[in-house]
Amino acid sequence: MSHDVAAQLSPSVLQSVAARLKRSPLLLPLVGLIVVSTVMAFASDNFFSIDNIVNVLRQQSIIGILAIGMTFVILTGGIDLSVGAVMALCGTLGAGVMVNMGLPGGVGLLAMIVVGILFGLFNGLLVAWGKMPAIIVTLATMLIARGLGLVYSGGYPVSGLPGWISWFGIGRIGGIPAPIIIMVILYALAWILLQRTSFGRHVYAIGGNETAANLSGVNTKRIKLIVFMISGFASAMAAIILTGRLMSGQPGAGVAFELDAIAMVVLGGTAIAGGRGLILGTLIGAVLLGIINNGLNLMGINPYLQDVIKGFIILLAIYIGREWR
Amino acid sequence: MLEMSGIRKAFGPVKVLHGVDLEVRAGEVHALLGENGAGKSTMMKILCGILQADEGTIRIDGKERHFAHYDEAIAAGVGIVFQEFSLIPYLTAVENIFLAREIRTRFGLLNRKVMRARAKEVLDKLGVNVPLDVPVADLSVAEQQFVEIAKALSLDARVLVLDEPTATLTPGEVEYLFRVMRDLRTHGVAIVFISHHLEEIFEICDRITVLRDGGYVGTRAVAEIDTDGLVEMMVGRRIESNFPPKPASHPQARVVIDAEQIQLHKNGPVSAFQLRQGEVLGFAGLVGSGRTETALSIMGAYPAFRVKVEINGDPVPPKNPSEALARGIGLLPESRKEQGLITAFPIMQNISINNYGKYRRLGVFLDLAAERRHTVNAMQEVRVKAPGPDVPCDTLSGGNQQKVVIARWLNHHTPILIFDEPTRGIDVGAKAEIYQLMRKLTEDGYSIIMISSELPEITGLSDRVCVFRSGAIVATLEGDAITSEEIMKHATTGKLRYVA
Repeated sequence: MSHDVAAQLSPSVLQSVAARLKRSPLLLPLVGLIVVSTVMAFASDNFFSIDNIVNVLRQQSIIGILAIGMTFVILTGGIDLSVGAVMALCGTLGAGVMVNMGLPGGVGLLAMIVVGILFGLFNGLLVAWGKMPAIIVTLATMLIARGLGLVYSGGYPVSGLPGWISWFGIGRIGGIPAPIIIMVILYALAWILLQRTSFGRHVYAIGGNETAANLSGVNTKRIKLIVFMISGFASAMAAIILTGRLMSGQPGAGVAFELDAIAMVVLGGTAIAGGRGLILGTLIGAVLLGIINNGLNLMGINPYLQDVIKGFIILLAIYIGREWR
Repeated sequence: MLEMSGIRKAFGPVKVLHGVDLEVRAGEVHALLGENGAGKSTMMKILCGILQADEGTIRIDGKERHFAHYDEAIAAGVGIVFQEFSLIPYLTAVENIFLAREIRTRFGLLNRKVMRARAKEVLDKLGVNVPLDVPVADLSVAEQQFVEIAKALSLDARVLVLDEPTATLTPGEVEYLFRVMRDLRTHGVAIVFISHHLEEIFEICDRITVLRDGGYVGTRAVAEIDTDGLVEMMVGRRIESNFPPKPASHPQARVVIDAEQIQLHKNGPVSAFQLRQGEVLGFAGLVGSGRTETALSIMGAYPAFRVKVEINGDPVPPKNPSEALARGIGLLPESRKEQGLITAFPIMQNISINNYGKYRRLGVFLDLAAERRHTVNAMQEVRVKAPGPDVPCDTLSGGNQQKVVIARWLNHHTPILIFDEPTRGIDVGAKAEIYQLMRKLTEDGYSIIMISSELPEITGLSDRVCVFRSGAIVATLEGDAITSEEIMKHATTGKLRYVA
């Protein structure tokens, strides 16, 4: 009996899993993850320890969350360069609400989320209704967000926050750091939104062919607006973790984070032109980038050289990804 | 001067030209006439070396020529002004005229003085005064046209092809162009003139060659033929079978779209039409006559200047396709690949793209099983031939791709359908199936606007026909009046309606 079932199942199921994997955008990121992990494991004894893996995930959590919003925007064929600066702005203003206005910590956190979503709304309106290219719009709003944070704080960190805020940065549940838990929950929500709601399907449709989506009656402007608001929300969540970790609002934080976030999305197999990619791929991309950073550190490689190596790895990944298709 | 004889050309199995002759004399304006798809453009592309003929010869001044490339045709004295301009918008007239054959100084820098002088010389010869130092994007359409002509003439073209040069010109500018053409004629240039406006042809041309369905019909002197004769040459006799029979007319049917006034452009001509429930309303006319724009303006997908239209009695037209969908209007766009489908996506996503509301669970989550079930049903209803709903659309044939787009709207039950060129680029069998399907839909109460450039399709399938010319409807035909000849006559000479 069990023999029969096994005989029926194993070849066909394996085959269908293999066939699905072969077509899936996840294949190459997974292969990359395995290859890089193996190399790092040989290069450093310490690599596969639980502590080190938890450490990698914790380090990646902030940019990994920014990359969630980035994935939504890139899937529609757009890009959001403002995420790092918006994160800094959220953190600074939210800390200001707690410290300078003396309001409770909860209100401060809420303020961060509101600031993030409103800034996303601003980006989205300019792109969808202003009909300006996302790369230019968010380049400009990146400057605006960064400048606003610095103006508000005079360039200094805003410190003196309620003690419990630190939980978001260094707290643990059952031994797992809070940033990792928050990141995983956000990825799960993003997966549901993209794969199990009509909104998600419309995101993919716009990236696949915006004209066709529009002519079939998809409200393309509204969807584009919402993806930027999601990106703003992701920036705010990243700001909450960062604020918890540093126990202050940092107006200068997150410089060039947008570039790492884009690298994670692309390493995760999402097409930069939109329409194709999976949120799970971005998570793999985030871990992959983290392992590369971590491994190069463990190997004691000159930090300046590390950037050069990272750059070449990204180029190689994109080249292989293109040739594969 | 120019002699093309026995030109044959096939794209794969599709024969587009079978044995076409064209003979143009020096100092003559020669019209090349035919319906959309008759083979005019292909002929001209072969003349210019952009395409190669499978058979046939080209002689210039009695010498046989083979052009493997556009450059070789230019060197032999053939100049062409394409329908879509080939000017670079941010360069000046001078820079455009000398593009890719710039005159350089000894030091390898641009010799701007010489180029400017030569450009001025050519334009002066044309007798036109075009600003030389501003980007051509800032010039009027007519001025751009003259720059194009100057570009061709600066190469000493003795055979000049003008492909629908008047399509975008105002009547005054057309007059001016004709003056330039007459002047060139006296200088011995052989001009091939392509236009759909018969009165222009009668005004400027000496002789006319008519093509039909890739075949040569004949060449006549303008003096010995009239409009009716030309239209008959263009349309000919056709076999109009494989269309399902038309139902008896029912003029008392409910009006679903009542378009009182549609004006595409400010100061442009005005259209009016009605779509009745259960009919196929044909939109006929030449390419660029405003059929698609008019249809799209009803559903908010084209920014027309004035749209006064009632849809099911509601006087507010939809602002965008998303609202049009909510009001029950679906579109099968002209270009499947660019506007209709997300070709890289599976059939299922393409059919359910605008209809996820149907597959909700707990308010927000998608019911994937229901989506699959409905997709399979819709595919069966229109008979999409594919291994399953997960197959990407770019692996399907043109006909099956078209059926996927139709299935999208049937799945949504939008009672008003706009079909723009529904059978373009699909084979005969699939065409017949789509005709049957459209007839079945109207029997089920759907109302269809069908835009088509194929006259047999219009005459064979439409219950009524709106004929377009230069941006608006000039005639609405019914019953026995729906003939190719009648449609062609209105499409080329019909009278436009303006409002004060």
